[in-house]
Amino acid sequence: MSLPSLKQPFVVGSIPTAVGEVPQVSSSLGAMDYWGMFKVRWRIGRMRYKIEPGLYALGRPDDRSPVLVTANYKMTFDRLREALPGRNAWILVLDTKGINVWCAAGKGAFGTEELAARVQSSGLGQVVSHRELILPQLSGPGVAAHQVQKLSGFKVIYGPIRAKDLGAFLDAGQKAMPEMRRKTFNTLERAVLAPGELVATMKFGVFILPLFFFLGGLGGPGDYWTNAWNHGLFAVQALLWAILAGAVLTPILLPFLPGRAFSLKGFFLGVVAAVILLTIRGRHLAPLPGLLENLAWLFMVPAVSAYLAMNFTGCSTYTSLSGVKKEMRFALPLEIGAGSLGVVLWVGSRFLA
Amino acid sequence: MGRMVYLKDVVTLKLAEEKCVGCGMCLVVCPHAVLSPNNGRVRIENRDACMECGACAQNCPTQALRVSAGVGCAAAVINSVLGRKDSAYCCVNEPKKQNDDPEVCCGK
Repeated sequence: MSLPSLKQPFVVGSIPTAVGEVPQVSSSLGAMDYWGMFKVRWRIGRMRYKIEPGLYALGRPDDRSPVLVTANYKMTFDRLREALPGRNAWILVLDTKGINVWCAAGKGAFGTEELAARVQSSGLGQVVSHRELILPQLSGPGVAAHQVQKLSGFKVIYGPIRAKDLGAFLDAGQKAMPEMRRKTFNTLERAVLAPGELVATMKFGVFILPLFFFLGGLGGPGDYWTNAWNHGLFAVQALLWAILAGAVLTPILLPFLPGRAFSLKGFFLGVVAAVILLTIRGRHLAPLPGLLENLAWLFMVPAVSAYLAMNFTGCSTYTSLSGVKKEMRFALPLEIGAGSLGVVLWVGSRFLA
Repeated sequence: MGRMVYLKDVVTLKLAEEKCVGCGMCLVVCPHAVLSPNNGRVRIENRDACMECGACAQNCPTQALRVSAGVGCAAAVINSVLGRKDSAYCCVNEPKKQNDDPEVCCGK
C-alpha cells in the first residue's frame, strides 16, 4: 500500500483509515491554486503541473462515501474538488503523467490497467465497504468498464463530463441529465485556450519575426536601417496580424466563421486581416516593388493564419482524425504553396526595389 | 450556438447491429450523442457528429461498435510525419510506447 505524501502544499490534513493516513483536501482553492491555473493557461510549466497519484479524502469521507476517479494534472484535480463544496468523497487520482482526463484517456494513460492497478495499490477495497467507482465520462476512450469490473471487482459508473455537474449527478442517485453527457465548446471554453495557442506560436515567432525584420533591410535604394524600419517592420506587423487571426481570433470566433474546415475559417480571417493591413498601408508604396510586396503579404498572411487555425483542431472538442487528415490533404499543400510564393514575391520585391 | 459539426462523410464508425446486446454503455460514454436507442439496440443517429474518440468501441462488451480511433489534431499528424515524439501543442507529451502508431500520438 502506498499513500500520497501529506507534505503536498494543497493537503490540509489527514484521515485515518485501515491503510494509513490518507491526505485530506478541501473544496476551496487557495491563491496558489489559481495562480497555477493561470500559469498553465499560458503554458508555463504545464507538463510539470501534477500531483502524486493515489487516494485522497475530500472533506470527511467514511466507508460508504463515493469514490471519484480523476487524473493527476493539478488543474483537473483542483476543478474536481472545487466543484464539490461541503461534500465528503474519496478521490482516487490515477497517474496520467500530468495530462488531463480526456487526452490521457485517448492515449490509454487514463486506462483500464492503470485504474485496476491503482485500486489495488491504494488499498481502496479496505477503505470503502461498497464496490463502485465514479469516473468522468471523458475517460471512456481509455477505460473499458466491463474489464475494470473483472480486474478489480469494482463497478465503473460514468459520471458527467464536467466536474461542476457532479453534485447534481450524485443528488439524482447517480443519474446524468442528457446535457451533462454532451461535450460543449462554448466561447469561454475556446477563449481560455487562446493564450496557450499564442504562446505555442510565438515559440516559432521569436525566431521568424526578427529574421523578417533584418531581411527587410536588404535591397532597395535607401540605407539598411531605413529599409528594415520600413519593410522589415511591416513584415513583422503583417506576421503578427496573421498570428492574431489564426491562433487567437479563429479559436474565439470559431462557430461564426464560414466553412467547416478550420483552415478555411483561418484563411477567411487571414484574408480579412491582409486586406485591412494593406488598405492602411497602401498609399505609401512605389509602383512595381510595392505591388509585389503587397501581393506577397496577400499570400502569406492568409496562409499563416490558415495553418495556425488548422492546428487548433487538436484543441477542439469535436474534430475526428479522419476529418483532420482529409482537411490536411487539401489545406497543407495550399498553405505551403501560398506561403512559399509569398516569401519568393517578398524577397523579389526587396531586390527589385 | 448549437452543435458544431466537422467535415461530412469522413467518420470510420461502424456498427454491427446483430452483435449489439443493448447494454447502453455506448450511449453513456459518447460525448456527442452520435448513437441513439433503437428497439432494444442502438443505431447511428448523427454520424457526422462523431469525433472518433473511441469511447463507445472501448466500452462495448460485444465489439458491436468499431471505429478507427485517434485524436483529430493537425499538429499531432504533422509531428508524427516529422518523426517528433513530443509537441508543445494540444495534449501530446510522450507516447505510451516508443513505437506507438505514428499516426495517432494521442490515440491508442
